[in-house]
Amino acid sequence: MESAILKIENFYAYFGETEILKNINLSIFPNQTTAIMGPSGCGKTTLIRCINRMHEFVQNARVSGKIFLYDQDIYSSNPIVIRRKIGMVFQKPNPFPTMSIYENVISGFTLNGIKLKKSEKDRIVEDSLKKAELWDEVKNNIYRKGTFLSGGQQQRLCIARALAMNPDILLLDEPTSALDPKSTSAIESLIIELKKTVTIIIVTHNTAQAARISDRTAFLYLGEMIEYDITEKMFTVPKDKRTEEYLTGKFG
Amino acid sequence: MNNIFKRTVKDKAFKYIIVLFSFISVVPLIFILLYIFKNGISAINLKFFTHLPKPVGEKGGGISNAIIGTFMIVIIASLVAIPIGIIVGVFLSENKKSRFAEFVRTSTDILLSIPSIVIGIVAYIWLVKSMGDFSALSGGIALAIMMLPVIIKSTEETLKLIPDHLKEASLALGVPYYRTILKVILPAGISGIITGILLGIARIAGETAPLLFTAFGNPFMNINILRPVNALPLLIYNYAMSPYHQWHKIAWGAALVLIILVLILNIIAKIVIKKWKVQF
Ligand SMILES: Nc1ncnc2c1ncn2[C@@H]1O[C@H](COP(=O)(O)OP(=O)(O)OP(=O)(O)O)[C@@H](O)[C@H]1O
Ligand SMILES: [Mg+2]
Repeated sequence: MESAILKIENFYAYFGETEILKNINLSIFPNQTTAIMGPSGCGKTTLIRCINRMHEFVQNARVSGKIFLYDQDIYSSNPIVIRRKIGMVFQKPNPFPTMSIYENVISGFTLNGIKLKKSEKDRIVEDSLKKAELWDEVKNNIYRKGTFLSGGQQQRLCIARALAMNPDILLLDEPTSALDPKSTSAIESLIIELKKTVTIIIVTHNTAQAARISDRTAFLYLGEMIEYDITEKMFTVPKDKRTEEYLTGKFG
Repeated sequence: MNNIFKRTVKDKAFKYIIVLFSFISVVPLIFILLYIFKNGISAINLKFFTHLPKPVGEKGGGISNAIIGTFMIVIIASLVAIPIGIIVGVFLSENKKSRFAEFVRTSTDILLSIPSIVIGIVAYIWLVKSMGDFSALSGGIALAIMMLPVIIKSTEETLKLIPDHLKEASLALGVPYYRTILKVILPAGISGIITGILLGIARIAGETAPLLFTAFGNPFMNINILRPVNALPLLIYNYAMSPYHQWHKIAWGAALVLIILVLILNIIAKIVIKKWKVQF
């Protein structure tokens, strides 16, 4: 078996006194897509926000336990460095409204004050937009504002923006829940393609989506990790009764 | 039937009353503008802008020193109030709930309602007395105190409307917090912030009371910020109170200049809101 790229060990997360995540243990493998599933409010968003240390921006939020990226302990590293290695795409597309498509894609560099040659920027922008399968649609309007794009295009722009930083891991928080079916399937096929170059962790409400695109699935329920397995196995023979009930739509 | 007719009439009457009252509210403005225009326009020519005031009895004379003085005072006030106002506005919008922020917010509201003459007296005691002379600098600082709450409020209100997910997008790219504020949040709110600044300037440009105690006035040209300067409202005040017809005319002309300046600022503010508005 391949060694894990990300290891979550005995991990707890809190908002104030409320325990949101309880003793999570999870290994994520490189170049795979891992889906995180579970009913609303079970802590999926919280879990992935702990992975790139966005959780700590909320007042009174705290964590205990360890998360390792390769051998690096995320919680004793500089969060800024971690966030550049672990990209994130949010539920609602959020391109920067003041920037063009081009500037949006390269924003991870410009906002961080990293100076690049024009030719290098051009290359990164084109590569990232191609990886996000948006290039053909926008290549003639690359200096227009990103907010003029459709919702699905905006979401792919946000993916391109995250990819431009060349992250090891890409976190996706229900990236298609605000999109129509056509944009959704565009993003799904994109995720399948992206797996070749980046490890993906995707939160999804949609069990069918998890089945279509993920290699492994984690099932979260009330802040506990109930089951984690190869997607096919979990969907055919779930070990836990709660997983089975969720998959068959009894709750969620 | 009759009933419906009555209601329709009431409905119509109500609408007309609303329009009528809206019209009544702009009538004074129109009259003020027309009146100042009528009295002021005859004083205005090129020399009016380029010449210094003349002693009583001599014909002609301009307001160049007052225009320069007003610009000096407004620039000093802006240099002081804009950076502080924006920083405090950012602090308030970023710390919605903290006790200290609530305290600052309330203080800002109070500052906004302190009479300008009180600010003038305070500036006189603190600045003029300790520096030993009236000056453009003390005038600028007095007006900065008046401008500050306007900028704080408009910055805070503007930034509060910027959705949180923009900030998160930037933070998730590994952009440090301070750069996120400077490069993402402030640019997204730029139109509101600039509008606040322009309205703040428009508010202070015509202030007279604080300047009586600080910039004081000066019949000569002065560009030393540590010395007394003339300013448009001071000139209007002094000339309008004088018994000389010739000076009254100049006061009307200066009033017209001042009003046009303020109108221009308001129009630019409107344009900025429209043109630079960021769509989220
Ligand atoms: N800022 C916050 N302060 C306090 N509690 C919070 C905060 N954000 C989320 N929670 C709580 O944490 C729990 C987990 O929330 P989380 O957003 O991780 O759920 P989720 O699984 O992503 O749900 P959904 O599928 O609806 O997005 C919820 O019970 C929620 O009420
Ligand atoms: Mg969520």
